[in-house]
Amino acid sequence: MVPTFWTDIIKKPEQGIYPHIIILAHMILGTGLVYISPRSNLAFLVLITSFFTLYYFKADQRFKLIVGVVLTLFILPVVGVRNIFYLEVIFQISVFAALALGLNIVVGFAGLLDLGYVAFYAVGAYLWAFFGSQQYYVLPFAPGTQPSNLPFLLPGDAFYLFMFAAIFVAALTGILLGTPVLRLRGDYLAIVTLGFGEVIRVLANNLDKPLNFTNGPQGITPIQRPTMPQAAVDVFNKLFGGVVGHEVSPADMYNVMFYLLALAVIIVIVFVTRRLDDSKIGRAWTAIREDETAAIAMGIPLVKMKLAAFAVGASFAGVMGVLLAGSRTFISPESFSFMQSIGVLSMVILGGSGSIPGVILGAATVTILNLQVLQGLSLHLSQLRQSDAVIPIINFAWADLSTQLDPAKYQRLLFGLILILMMIFRPAGLIPSQRRKRELASDEAEGGE
Amino acid sequence: MALLETNNIVKNFGGLIAVNKVNFKLESGRIVSIIGPNGAGKTTFFNTLTGIYKPDQGRITFNGRPLNGLRPDQIASRGIARTFQNIRLFGNMSVIENILVGMHVHLKQSSIDTLFHLPFFKKEERESEQKAEELMTYVGLQGVGNELAKNLPYGGQRRLEIARALAADPLMLLLDEPAAGMNPQETEDIIRLFRRIRDEKGITILLIEHDMRVVMNISEQICVMDHGEKIAEGTPDEIRSNTQVIEAYLGRGAAAGQHEEKNA
Repeated sequence: MVPTFWTDIIKKPEQGIYPHIIILAHMILGTGLVYISPRSNLAFLVLITSFFTLYYFKADQRFKLIVGVVLTLFILPVVGVRNIFYLEVIFQISVFAALALGLNIVVGFAGLLDLGYVAFYAVGAYLWAFFGSQQYYVLPFAPGTQPSNLPFLLPGDAFYLFMFAAIFVAALTGILLGTPVLRLRGDYLAIVTLGFGEVIRVLANNLDKPLNFTNGPQGITPIQRPTMPQAAVDVFNKLFGGVVGHEVSPADMYNVMFYLLALAVIIVIVFVTRRLDDSKIGRAWTAIREDETAAIAMGIPLVKMKLAAFAVGASFAGVMGVLLAGSRTFISPESFSFMQSIGVLSMVILGGSGSIPGVILGAATVTILNLQVLQGLSLHLSQLRQSDAVIPIINFAWADLSTQLDPAKYQRLLFGLILILMMIFRPAGLIPSQRRKRELASDEAEGGE
Repeated sequence: MALLETNNIVKNFGGLIAVNKVNFKLESGRIVSIIGPNGAGKTTFFNTLTGIYKPDQGRITFNGRPLNGLRPDQIASRGIARTFQNIRLFGNMSVIENILVGMHVHLKQSSIDTLFHLPFFKKEERESEQKAEELMTYVGLQGVGNELAKNLPYGGQRRLEIARALAADPLMLLLDEPAAGMNPQETEDIIRLFRRIRDEKGITILLIEHDMRVVMNISEQICVMDHGEKIAEGTPDEIRSNTQVIEAYLGRGAAAGQHEEKNA
C-alpha cells in the first residue's frame, strides 16, 4: 500500500490530494530544519523555497491561502526572531520585490526602459528622513556642526501618514521627471532616465548647503520609527515565547513589524498591479510596449498613459522608501546608486518581465544569492583558510588561497553570468508572463462541435 | 457635405515633396481607392490624415471639424480608424485583447472602477468582450480569441487588424494595401467583407491598393497620385482610359502606343 502511495505522488504531482501533501511536507520540512539548526543557510533556503512549491503546484485555493497565511504570519516571524538575520533577508526580499513590481509596470508592462528607477525610492526615503528626524532644525547648520539637543519635528507615528504621502509625492516626482523625457523612445529614454536617477542621487549628496536638507554624504540619522506598543511585545511573547526560546525584545519586534508592513505593502501592490493589468489601462500599456504607432492610431494617448505608468511605478518605490528609512533609522545617498537601479532591473528581467510572480521570484533569487549564498560561501572559504585543511591530490593548502577569490567579491561577475545565461536559454525569464485566458462563448461553441 | 475634405495638403521631407497640394473630397458612405506607382505619396497622405505626420501646409476637415494640430490619438477618437501596410498588431496580446485595445476610446471605466471592480467596470468589460467576439465572427475569426495575435496565419492577422479598427466604431476606415500578399480566394473574401462593412455598418472606406482587380472591383471612385500630386480622379472606367494615369504607370511611350492603336 505504501509504495503505491509514493509512486502516485511522484507520478501525479498535479492532481488531487498529492500537491497538498507536497506543499505541507515542504513547509514542515523547512520549518523543522530551521528549528533544529537556526544558523544554517541551507535550512532557511529549504523553508523559503516552500513559497515556490506553494505557488507552483495546483491545489485548493483555500488550502493555499491558509498555508500562505501560516507561513507568512506565524512561521516566518517566529523563525526570524530566533535568528534575526533571517528576518533581515526576508525584509530585503520584500523591499526589493516591491521595487521590482513597480519597475515591472514601467519596463514590463509599458516597455519603457527606466535606468534610474531608484530615484523614486530615494524620494520616499528622504521624505520620511527629513520629516521624521531632527533635520528640519538642522537646516541652518553645516553637516556635523549641529547641537545635539535638537527636538524631532514630528512624532514617530506620523510614519504611517507618510507612507500614504509618499505615494503621491513619488507619483508627482514620476510625472515631473517623465513629462520632459517620455517623448523619447527606447535607448534615448534609457539614457535620460539614467541621468535623472543620478541627478537625484547627486542632489541628495549635495543639498547640505546652503540649507542643510539632506546632510550630504553623511546621511540623515536618527530617523524615528512608529511607537511599538508594549502590548504587542507581550502578546508575541505569550503566543510564541515558548517556541522562540528567549524573551523577545521590542527591538526584535520592530523587525517583525517592518516585515509585516512590507508584506502588507506588497499585497496591496500585487492587488493594484493585477487589477490595472486586466483593464483598459493595462491593455493600453501593453499595446504601447508592443507597437507605439499602432497604439496611438487606436486612440491611446501615448504621453498620458506613459506618465501613468511612470507615476504608478514611482509610487510603489516611494512607499518602500519610507519603509526603508523607518526600518534603518539611517539614510545616505549611497543606498541609491546606479547599481541599485541595475540590480532591480536585473530582478525584473531574471524573473520574467511583465510577470508578477516572476518578478517576485527574481527579487527573492537575487537577494538570497547576494545575502546568503555568496556570503555563506565566503564564510565557508575563510573558515577553510584558517584551518590547515589541504585539497588532496594537488596538495594545495586552503590557507594559501588568495583572499581575492572571495565569492562575495564576485557578486557582479556572477550576476553578469546569470543574466547572459538567462538571455540565451530563457529570455522570457524564470516565470514568463502570460496573457489572461478568457472564457469565450465562441470557444465553447467550437469545443462543442 | 463631404465627410473628409483636404485643401492643398503639402508634406515635405527635407527637399523631397512627398505630398504636393492635394485637394481631395470624400463623400460619406462611399468606397474610394487611392492608387499610384511606388513612392507616389499614398501612404504619406494616409499618415498626414491620421496625424502621424503634420502637414506643412493645407487644411484637413473631417466630419465638419478641422483636424489640423490634433494628435493621432485625438484624430482616432474623432472617428478615423486605420490598418497598416505592414501589419501592426500587438503580437504578444491575445486576439480578443487586440480588439479590446481598439475600443479604448469608448471605454469609460475610471481607475476607481478598475481598482475595486465596481459593477460598472464588470458590466463594461463583459459587454466589450461580447462585442469583441461579435467582431471576430464578423470578420471571420472564430474560436481564436485566446490565441496570441502573432500566432495567427497571415490572412487571419489582416482580418484581426480590420476587426481592431472596427472596434473603435469609426466613421471612416483607412486601409493601407489590405489585399497585399493574399491569394485570389482570400482577396475575394476580403472584398466581400469591405462591401459588408460599408453596406451594413455604413462606414466610409478609403483604401490604398496595388492589386488592380481589387481596385476596379470595389471602388466607386478612384484617386490617382504620382510624384506627390493628384493626377486624376474618377470612376474606375474613367481612370482605366485616362492617358495621364497610363503614363504614370507605364511611361510616356506606352501611353503614346495606346493612342496610336486607338487611332489606327
